[in-house]
Amino acid sequence: MKTLLETSSQKAVGLFVGLLLFAVGIVSSIVFGVADISWRTIWDSYVRFDGSQEHLIIQTARMPRALIAAAAGASLAVAGSLMQGITRNQLASPSLFGINAGAAFFIVTGSAFFGVSGLSAFATLAFVGAAFTATLVYTLGSIGNDGLTPLKVTLAGAALTAFFSSLSLGVLLTSGQTFDQVLYWFVGSVAGRDLNIFTAAAPYIGIALVGAFLLARHMNVLTLGEDVAVGLGQKTIYIKLAAGVIIVLLAGGSVSMAGPIAFVGIIVPHLMRYLVGLDYRWVIPYCAVYGAILLLAADVGSRYISFPKEVPVGIMTAVIGVPFFVFIARRGGRS
Amino acid sequence: MSKLVTIRNRMFSFQLERRTVMVVIMLLLANIAAIVICVGLGSKTISPANVIRILFGTLDSPDTMIIESLRMPRVVIAVMVGSALAVSGALLQGIVRNPLTSPDIIGISGGASLGTVIFILYFSHVSIRYMPLSAILGAFAAAFLIYLFAYRKGVTPLRLVLIGIGMATAITAVTYMLILTSSFTPTAVAVKAFTFMTGSIYGVSWVRDVYTLLPWIVVLFPVAILYARHLNVQELGDEVATSVGSSVQIKRTILLVISVALAGAAVSIGGAINFIGLMAPHIARKLVGPSYGGVIPVSALIGSLVLLLSDLVARIAFLPLDIPAGVFTAAIGAPFFIYLLYRHRNGS
Repeated sequence: MKTLLETSSQKAVGLFVGLLLFAVGIVSSIVFGVADISWRTIWDSYVRFDGSQEHLIIQTARMPRALIAAAAGASLAVAGSLMQGITRNQLASPSLFGINAGAAFFIVTGSAFFGVSGLSAFATLAFVGAAFTATLVYTLGSIGNDGLTPLKVTLAGAALTAFFSSLSLGVLLTSGQTFDQVLYWFVGSVAGRDLNIFTAAAPYIGIALVGAFLLARHMNVLTLGEDVAVGLGQKTIYIKLAAGVIIVLLAGGSVSMAGPIAFVGIIVPHLMRYLVGLDYRWVIPYCAVYGAILLLAADVGSRYISFPKEVPVGIMTAVIGVPFFVFIARRGGRS
Repeated sequence: MSKLVTIRNRMFSFQLERRTVMVVIMLLLANIAAIVICVGLGSKTISPANVIRILFGTLDSPDTMIIESLRMPRVVIAVMVGSALAVSGALLQGIVRNPLTSPDIIGISGGASLGTVIFILYFSHVSIRYMPLSAILGAFAAAFLIYLFAYRKGVTPLRLVLIGIGMATAITAVTYMLILTSSFTPTAVAVKAFTFMTGSIYGVSWVRDVYTLLPWIVVLFPVAILYARHLNVQELGDEVATSVGSSVQIKRTILLVISVALAGAAVSIGGAINFIGLMAPHIARKLVGPSYGGVIPVSALIGSLVLLLSDLVARIAFLPLDIPAGVFTAAIGAPFFIYLLYRHRNGS
């Protein structure tokens, strides 16, 4: 496979450029919006906070939003790349497999019927929902003689997404909740979130990202094929299990922060493989950095689509993502 | 006594199994019973006997108004929308030769929702009669795009389904975007939009909804039933169908047009009610075998029965709340889908 960046030094430079872009992304996410803020003010608001409106906007609205977009983008991209490795299916991603919708459904049900409240409880529910749905889709997709086929697993994912979104709506309507939060659980959005939401999920996402990086070597072996991996002495079941836990933490964590955001898990890993090839030791960090950049950029863009109103970022990623999806599906959906 | 009944004149010939006729009669009776029950139940319960007397005009009671202007239109819409979705799904499954597809899964219903939302937002001054047309155009645009993207030296069912699922997500996103960027207040519209996109037949009326949808159903149903026999030949594969003298591509296009138009018309009134187009044809095949002459009418009756009952539960389970019927079709449909996936696990 021909890649854009061949040598290790080129790849390291690419990653460094990514980190620079990431910093630019965070700053522009804070600077651009209905209230324009100069980048110098950002510095001031943390070094000498004076309680002015601009400083408050930065600390309570813009900064949490930038952090959540970055964390959600990174986790979805890494989760997508791991899922594609395990299922050997380039269309695998948390949104398409219904994992995001399942996590959202668990949160909605928990808060509506069981009086669950509090951010850490939401995060836990999201993890449980993600784990449940992931297991279900994986099982459904792999029944039968031909194992896990792209068609079966995608259909199962689509059906479960429809199922969970419909039920979430039913739960919301019967519980008589106000609709202020509705949109959040149907199309992902990073707007108007509290910093606490970020700090509640960040530890899990951090651990999972480190775990993904440590797992990269083993993923390289696993993607050679189950038989080869076993032949090389790998305990594939443990690797798959570890990857499963990491995927659940990443997908659940991002849903608990930002709701179900589609297609990031397809777009980013695909582009990164084009950049650096199939080596997971590079793919994982690239996915994390550029996934964050993609969601930051999409979020900034979403503020200007129908200015001064905002469009949820989940809609942006869905619209950007479809050309990729079509391209991959036309190639047959298999790597 | 022959197992087959033949209806034949100069225009068409039609062969039915006796079993199919029996099943149709049973389902008709079940539908009528369901209609009577649906009309009777609600925040004010009316006994079945009284329902029948009111419907035939032999009883004059205060309930007449409730039945005639509130519950009847809703029941009639449930029958039309449910059967239209079911027939659309049956045709589609025959066309792409994949039993796991339906208009809602591959994005045709989504296109119709988008068409309806565009109509509501930008053509509110035009007569409501054109709303199904707008939905149908949306459904065709979606179907065309899906077909175009899936085309690479022919269309395989696998690519069609995969691309359809991706397109469905994108179309939903665009629909949300239109709703959110329109000039209405976000929350109120969001509720409406989600209800519509889940599928609900709450608050339908004779003039606005029933008379709008009726012409489409009246035209498309007979065509569907007459054309369905071409699917029997196509099921044998393109080569066989061609060699027995069927013009495969033309017939397939016509069938696709009927299927898309039915889905579009149904969605314009009932919203994107999911899983009916998937379930009904399977149950129908189970009951009367794979011949499409029987599958189409039986699917229609099952579709209407499913939507009647789903809407009944949606209406009365959480009184005084009225839940979108789509929530309940999804609740039955998803487990059914899992069962189908299991049945077809070895790629048949």
